[in-house]
Amino acid sequence: MSRRPASYDGVAVCAPVTVPYVRFSPEDAHWWAGRALRLLAQHAQITPADIDGFCFSSFSAGPDTAVGLTQHLGLSPRWLDHIPTGGASGVMALRRAARAVQCGDAEIVVCLAADTNHIDSFRRSLASFSRFSRDAVYPYGYGGPNATFALITDAYMRRFGITRADFGKLCVAQRANAGSNPLALQRKPLTLEAYLAARPIADPVHLFDCVMPCAGAEAFIVTTPEIAAQRGLAAATIMATIERHNALPGDPVQFRGGWAMDIDGFWDAAGIAPTDIDTLQVYDDYPVIVAMQLEDLGFCRKGEAAQFIRKTSFDIAGDLPLNTNGGQLSAGQAGAAGGFQNVTEGLRQIIGQPLGAQVPGAEISLVSGFGLVNYDRGVCTGAAALKALR
Amino acid sequence: MTERAPRERRDPLARKKARHTPPSARSRAMHAMSARAAMGRFVLQVCTKCGTATYPPRDACPACWGELVWQDCKSGGQLLANTIIHATTDLYFRDHLPWRMGTVALDAGPVALVHLHRDLAPEDRVEVRLMLDRGGNAALFALPPDRGFDMTDPQLREFIVPVQGKTVLVTDAHSAIGLAVVKALHDTGAGLIVAGMLPPARLADADHPVLRLLGVQVVPLDSSDQVSLSEALSKIGGPLDIVINTARHVRSGGVSGGTNIVEQRRAFEVAAIGLTRLAQSCGPMLAGRPHGAFVDVISSDALTGSAGHAGFAAAEAARLSLLQAFRHEMRETGVRVLSVFTGPVEDEHHQSVPPPKVAPARLATAIIEALQQGREQTCVGDVASDAMTRWLADPALYAREKNL
Amino acid sequence: MTVTANQALSAMLAGIAGGTIRAIDLTNILSSDFPVIVLPSEFGQCEPFRMETVSRYDANGPAWYWNNISMNEHTGTHFDAPAHWVTGRDVANGTVDAIPPEDFLHPAVVIDITREAAEDEDFIVTRGFLEAWEAANGPIPSRHWILLRSDWSKRVGTLSYLNLKDDGAHSPGPDADAMRFLVHERDCVGLGVETVGTDAGQASLFDEPLPAHSILHGNGRYGLQCLTGLDQLPVFGSVIIAMPLKIKGGSGSPLRVMALAPAGSD
Repeated sequence: MSRRPASYDGVAVCAPVTVPYVRFSPEDAHWWAGRALRLLAQHAQITPADIDGFCFSSFSAGPDTAVGLTQHLGLSPRWLDHIPTGGASGVMALRRAARAVQCGDAEIVVCLAADTNHIDSFRRSLASFSRFSRDAVYPYGYGGPNATFALITDAYMRRFGITRADFGKLCVAQRANAGSNPLALQRKPLTLEAYLAARPIADPVHLFDCVMPCAGAEAFIVTTPEIAAQRGLAAATIMATIERHNALPGDPVQFRGGWAMDIDGFWDAAGIAPTDIDTLQVYDDYPVIVAMQLEDLGFCRKGEAAQFIRKTSFDIAGDLPLNTNGGQLSAGQAGAAGGFQNVTEGLRQIIGQPLGAQVPGAEISLVSGFGLVNYDRGVCTGAAALKALR
Repeated sequence: MTERAPRERRDPLARKKARHTPPSARSRAMHAMSARAAMGRFVLQVCTKCGTATYPPRDACPACWGELVWQDCKSGGQLLANTIIHATTDLYFRDHLPWRMGTVALDAGPVALVHLHRDLAPEDRVEVRLMLDRGGNAALFALPPDRGFDMTDPQLREFIVPVQGKTVLVTDAHSAIGLAVVKALHDTGAGLIVAGMLPPARLADADHPVLRLLGVQVVPLDSSDQVSLSEALSKIGGPLDIVINTARHVRSGGVSGGTNIVEQRRAFEVAAIGLTRLAQSCGPMLAGRPHGAFVDVISSDALTGSAGHAGFAAAEAARLSLLQAFRHEMRETGVRVLSVFTGPVEDEHHQSVPPPKVAPARLATAIIEALQQGREQTCVGDVASDAMTRWLADPALYAREKNL
Repeated sequence: MTVTANQALSAMLAGIAGGTIRAIDLTNILSSDFPVIVLPSEFGQCEPFRMETVSRYDANGPAWYWNNISMNEHTGTHFDAPAHWVTGRDVANGTVDAIPPEDFLHPAVVIDITREAAEDEDFIVTRGFLEAWEAANGPIPSRHWILLRSDWSKRVGTLSYLNLKDDGAHSPGPDADAMRFLVHERDCVGLGVETVGTDAGQASLFDEPLPAHSILHGNGRYGLQCLTGLDQLPVFGSVIIAMPLKIKGGSGSPLRVMALAPAGSD
């Protein structure tokens, strides 16, 4: 049994910023990173010299890593990290930055994800994504993540009796939530009928199960509560986090994520139960992964996602406000920034700075990340509970 | 077979159909798998320490970090999930949508994503074949067990070279091998068999019953002569799908003694330079075809040389070397280049070689099989199989033994 | 009145220019598909003509066109020197580079065996046949090329030119007595034929095998093979110009063979 992790006392998360997404951008990822820093400067009145920790995540900044970004953007941090975990990168950046601040290795850590989306860059980035994908996935029809998640969805539906209409309810709710978010790329209301009638992309995955790749950037600051207060920044504390990679490799087809290994300790450390959650921001590249997280994070038991979805309202005003900015399915999937937008949105809701509608009385957000389909499944999972610092 | 498949008709004004191949970047370990797939083997990496079989190819055992070696494995499995891909950004697969793929739990242990035969549904038992895709890389294809190859599955057709209805050039059709190949092609339903006749020819040669079969067109052809080759190709009406290069010049003799330098030069002209001429002339024709293939009949002596047939073996070795380069050139066009290795053949050229020898009909059957399974490398008969086994195991030792 | 050399040469050129003397090409086109003689498989074989383009106003030579060619000395319309045969190995000036230039020009007598060859592909020219021919046409003068007109050249482009069958090639030619008659009693310069060899297709089976080669070359005489256009020559009165390439120690050579003949004489 692993040791219980220390608390995150002395750590504050603040200053969520989002550079408005666009479908295609001719700019480099560096441009998007620069725009995010400019927003942070406006929001938190920081200058390059104030930043002593920098954590970066991107798929499209090549050949640069976080190292190149420091010189490019004029940073001289005493703590630096580069997070390659894609959809799990926000939670993981948060965890690493929190410990750096807590241990005094840095005081103001900027966590930043930026990705551009050139025409054809999605196809190119797929081609160089992972060795296993190159060897053993893409040559099989080149369906990209759609095909991989189609197989996961097919097996999951077959095993647990969940239907497309159940997935549809999640997508329709997220689109409704996107309606109030002016930055969401897709805000037109989606009906269940339209969802069900959409064209197949890779059976059983259809058009509205898929995210729209786009360019964008997200950032937030991890610092001490004192510094946040001095700068007048609304902040949150971290109640608990988990992280897991390549979990449960013996499952022939992925029907659960790494959360399932660590979730009991997570709730224990946070000192709360799933019913205490005010907003739920989960990684939503495909609705099957949302359903899996509902189970693996403890909102219902494994195999009961269908019933849980049927009896739960996921709207901003509902029982369990889910992906309140619209999630990637509606707001857009800006590469690694897609793994940050759940953190920024969860933070915004509890510090009272939502992009769109506010979840009434929100105090605790659960943020969950899922990333990197290296071969046949997502490899990286993580979750964090954030509570408003009042 | 009296009914011949109708010849393909084409719109002369239509823009040439661009041919694409599947994504081709692979890791070194995956190339090792492809090299074995090319021989028709079903292999996985197995750990020498803990016995775990693994896939996709790795560079260390994920269970114990032990050494992985390629082993022939059980090819059965169970289908766990499937999908039909309707959208892709890849040009090759766009041409072939919808595309079926699935997740298979292999009996050997690992889980693999596979190309999927259209008759399969989840929970089904499957037989997984390790085949070569259009770009020549290893790919797993799940088929219904015990059904053999269903040539009508359009997805499976991408992994093989169909013969029925196709136009096939046999470069030397009047040798014992050539006649057997023409006969086998005819029996398999090739649309047009262009039978090359190596000069000089007897008056009666064209009257051989095999060359009088329906769908066989006799043309003079000497692959050592560019003019003859060009004229022969000009006599082929319509597209050319498959070339089967049966031309060879078998002569015994050594290097320092017992050799005839004219014959040795002729062996090189036919086997090596002749291959280059064929490649230059036929390569572009094959490249435009949906299932183009070039089959080369090659002596297993090419692997090591042969003291008794030194010049012939050297020419065959040169041919093998050129063939490797030609195969590489053809990869991006999707044209398959197949080598069919044989030992001594039961023909006039091997009268003094003791058995075992390969009957020409057996060689011809093996060529058809190689095409229909899309297999890049085939060894026909005991001598060639033994040669390949020994060469793969210890090339230095085998070269020594072979030339004692 | 004697004619000076200058006058003779001028008269000949004027005759050619004025059309009273015809220039006749007796050469087949040298191409890769022109058949070459086939020996039994235990012997080394004659290489056919081969031509590979080096450049043709292309990347390998933008402004020029040329080819590499290769062949046997006895490929296409060709000349056999005495050294070609073992019997002629010690003949003086027996290789093509040593042949005296005077021998490049000689008159010819044309013996027509067209009818006989059409009736019998293995027709043998015997001494008796030649004597009967002389009785009908007049004596064969000395120091002439003997040209056997068989019309075999009309078979070029078909398998019946080599005319290979299970038992070998079938084509007309002389026997040993006929050759001795031509060489010793008529002092011929050489024998010219339309077939692929001076000897008959089945001549290796004669009691004295391959007599044309053996007797011609053993006595320093020449051979011309694969001729064409003999049907345009008069029986008497033509002049043959046959100049083999000057190959060092060569046994023969492909060449251009031409004839000069009085107009209206055929």
